[in-house]
Amino acid sequence: MRGYFGKTLTAMAALALTTSVAVADDVEVLHWWTSGGEAAALGVLKEDLAGKSIGWNDMPVAGGGGEAAMTAVRARVTAGNPPTAVQMLGFDIQDWAAEGALANLDEVAAAEGWDAVVPAALQAFSKYDGHWVAAPVNVHSTNWVWANKAVMDELGIAEPTTWDEFVAALQKVKDSGRTALAHGGQAWQEATMFDGVVLSVGGPEFYKAAFIDLDPAALGGEQMVEAFNRMATLRSFVDDNFSGRDWNLASAMVINGEAGFQIMGDWAKGEFINAGKVPGVDFACFRVPGTAGVVTFNSDQFAMFAVADAGAQAAQAEMARSIMSPAFQSAFNVVKGSVPSRTDVPNDAFDDCGKKAMADLAAAAEGGTLIGSMAHGHANRAAIKNAIYDVVTAHFNGEYDAETAAAELVTAVEAAQ
Amino acid sequence: MTTTTDVDFRTRLQDWIPKLVLSPSLAAMLVFVYGFIIYTVYLSFTDSKMLPSYDLVGMENYTKLFALSAWTTAIINLAIFATLYIVICTVIGLTLAVFLDQKIRGEGFLRPIYLYPMALSFIVTGTAWKWFLDPGIGLEHTMHLWGWESFSFNWIKDRDMAIYTVVIAAVWQTSGFVMAMFLAGLRGIDNEILKAAQIDGASNWQLYRRIVIPLLRPAFLSAFVILSHLAIKSYDLVIALTGGGPGRATELPATFMYSYTFTRNSMGIGAASAVIMLMTIAAIMVPYLYAELKEKGQ
Amino acid sequence: MTAATQDTAIRTGRITRTFIYLVLVLFALFYLLPFFVMLVNSLKPLSEITGGNMMALPQDWTIAPWASAWSTAQIGVEATGLKPFFLNSILMVAPAVIISTVLGALNGYVLTKWRFRGDTILFGLMLFACFIPFQIVLIPMARMLGLLGLAGSTPGLVLVHVVYGLGFTTLYFRNYYSAFPTELVRAAMIDGAGFFRIFWRIMLPSSGPIIVVSVIWQFTNIWNDFLFGASFADLDSMPMTVALNNLVNSSTGVKEYNVHFAGAILAALPTLFVYIVAGRYFVRGLMAGSVKG
Repeated sequence: MRGYFGKTLTAMAALALTTSVAVADDVEVLHWWTSGGEAAALGVLKEDLAGKSIGWNDMPVAGGGGEAAMTAVRARVTAGNPPTAVQMLGFDIQDWAAEGALANLDEVAAAEGWDAVVPAALQAFSKYDGHWVAAPVNVHSTNWVWANKAVMDELGIAEPTTWDEFVAALQKVKDSGRTALAHGGQAWQEATMFDGVVLSVGGPEFYKAAFIDLDPAALGGEQMVEAFNRMATLRSFVDDNFSGRDWNLASAMVINGEAGFQIMGDWAKGEFINAGKVPGVDFACFRVPGTAGVVTFNSDQFAMFAVADAGAQAAQAEMARSIMSPAFQSAFNVVKGSVPSRTDVPNDAFDDCGKKAMADLAAAAEGGTLIGSMAHGHANRAAIKNAIYDVVTAHFNGEYDAETAAAELVTAVEAAQ
Repeated sequence: MTTTTDVDFRTRLQDWIPKLVLSPSLAAMLVFVYGFIIYTVYLSFTDSKMLPSYDLVGMENYTKLFALSAWTTAIINLAIFATLYIVICTVIGLTLAVFLDQKIRGEGFLRPIYLYPMALSFIVTGTAWKWFLDPGIGLEHTMHLWGWESFSFNWIKDRDMAIYTVVIAAVWQTSGFVMAMFLAGLRGIDNEILKAAQIDGASNWQLYRRIVIPLLRPAFLSAFVILSHLAIKSYDLVIALTGGGPGRATELPATFMYSYTFTRNSMGIGAASAVIMLMTIAAIMVPYLYAELKEKGQ
Repeated sequence: MTAATQDTAIRTGRITRTFIYLVLVLFALFYLLPFFVMLVNSLKPLSEITGGNMMALPQDWTIAPWASAWSTAQIGVEATGLKPFFLNSILMVAPAVIISTVLGALNGYVLTKWRFRGDTILFGLMLFACFIPFQIVLIPMARMLGLLGLAGSTPGLVLVHVVYGLGFTTLYFRNYYSAFPTELVRAAMIDGAGFFRIFWRIMLPSSGPIIVVSVIWQFTNIWNDFLFGASFADLDSMPMTVALNNLVNSSTGVKEYNVHFAGAILAALPTLFVYIVAGRYFVRGLMAGSVKG
């Protein structure tokens, strides 16, 4: 009897093992790329894996720039059922790696030579404790201005290169009866502007001191007061109905010529292209005046979770390899509006703005001016990022004047640490 | 079929059946509600960040919580929001139910219209409301187009008024359901009682005030519990309508809890805020329930 | 006699009636307004929405957004539209609503007609449970589902929704049954009817309106739940709202508002259907028979 039982159990276990290996050849991917263009871009990766007979189990959870997805990941990991790969931003990767939940990709990375082609600033997020744990998909950058070319031409505005020229340009647009600056009053949008403004005031050194090192002298100093003053200046060029507006409706204002400029990350390009506008002809893109040469970035990465069986690990490694292949990097980023996360990808497929962004990225990576965006969680952890959001939004909505805001920034950051 | 032992067994079984029927629900409650509450109380004393941690830090989370101005704003907002929302919904719900109960032609047509807002997920309805309330594109804009130039309705953009737009949208969403609850109550009332009172010469107004409304007391209890629960948990609504803005002017405890627990990776503070919320709810609900249920018990 | 009890006892004059109709119609308009905004914009091309008056009627009528929301919109990597997620939601909602309503009815019945020492405290405990914030439930619940082997499955979601709906359904039935004449139950007991027979023969037939309320409440809440669906579902059990959310809430993609609105209305159709069907049971006189014995 016992022998019989024992045998069946072994047989069942063996069966379970083989089936789990067979099933594990799929990857389960949790992400929040659900809009048409984004999902189509991700489809490229899916096809690529299908070619290697690796199935794709899709688990999309959109909302709040990945917030909902991050909540779902926590539930999945707590339930002991982590996905194979999860789209993640900046410090989240480091946090999960610190929990010991992520896999080690060193083998693939070494075989593919990632160390040589991925900018060091990105590696800081993709590696934990010297080991690769995530594969970066793209690099977005936030210090961009989007402008309506027809409005600029009509008013004789040349591309501004300094802050004062920018303010003069905004004034001209305002005088013509239009909204000078299209903006949506949501905390993250204000923070996105703040990225550019802080850079324009104090350059990369100051930006790093304030947002990465959290130096109280920088956070509460005169330069920060000046940054808040510039935010107030920008506020004076925004229409009264800005509060709560989605960023893409703000883009639509620029597209329609209702507004002259918008300060927004490079995903805004998709809105312009989608409306049938041509970069360089109908609209212009340039760095926030006073920040040329610096790129504040955020990078979507696929963090690979530690999975137990060999089949799943093999599928996972294969997925990481595919993500980092130049062909996918080009195909994906052309659609997404971002730039590849490795600097050796040919730029043939990209449009004007894309080519410009790729050149900027390479130069910034070289010159050490590729810095994580505070607004998009690449300068500091979530708690601190949101503490900064609170102050920036409160100031933009007129709760604080510039001096109070700078002082509040110091206390808020301290409290969140 | 029925021998004496059988009967004995049956009566004893009859005694136990009600308790047996109740027990799965109770067990689920104890584990999934009270167990989790105890767990949360514990978490609120730990340094949990992204995932639960079990290192105790004493009262630190509570000290931090009360130092946050957003928490104070959230509590004040909840007081304003909950009071207005509960009162307005109850009044509208009761009025509509009483009116609909007057043998209205087209009741079957009107009822789903009053109820349908509940059916729509606020993820999208919030956008419709946001547009409607937006002075640039919504009601104000339309009124201007129609020639009423001085019309102004910009509450959603105003830090002091924005919370009231949340009340409007919330009332829109649930007052129909409150109507249904009262309607169920009204339809459960025995007409003979009303007829008897009418013969005694009571006017309609007196009939409702003296007889119907007291009879609806359990429905009021249901409405109060449901509405206060919805008020406390209002999350989607705020996120979709104002995103907690302008600034953080429409932050509510539910949005606060979610953002600290999940977005800001400060699970300890999130748990502390949940504990404070639960204590506040207990402080309000327990005396009310006690009074309401004790009276029933007699 | 039935005819007599179906009448309302209240008589109203002509002016009062006009006033009543006026109020009812005005409220109907108030409730319909956002729906109008959604409907109108779901029938426009996107350029008309972003470029013009959002309250205006379409200049260029189109049903393309509806077709897109239903079958070709991008939900995840594959452009499936909302179609495949309907079944997932129904498989989750139907059992959850039925189980929680039946349990609620039984609980309400026990708590009012089979009272025992401490029943009020138990009811109080169940009521208070309605107020538990879902934010704090998420992590421990994930752990429990993992332990029970229900993580990422429809039965797991059903369990979650039943547990957190029970407080409400119990509340509804308990409050409704507390107004139900206990004498009838006593009489039936004396006649030798057992626990379930009384429930089945006496309580249930007169529970129409409250069943409607309970079903509407549960159906709507479970159908529209996002947090649990997003956290505890797998790709095979992903409910409608998670799909709708994916359609609507992309953060850095192009927002097709017309498709969003069409999707939202589509997603609400089952709930609306339930309201209209269930609404038929809101008929006065359901009680009449048993009250009169």
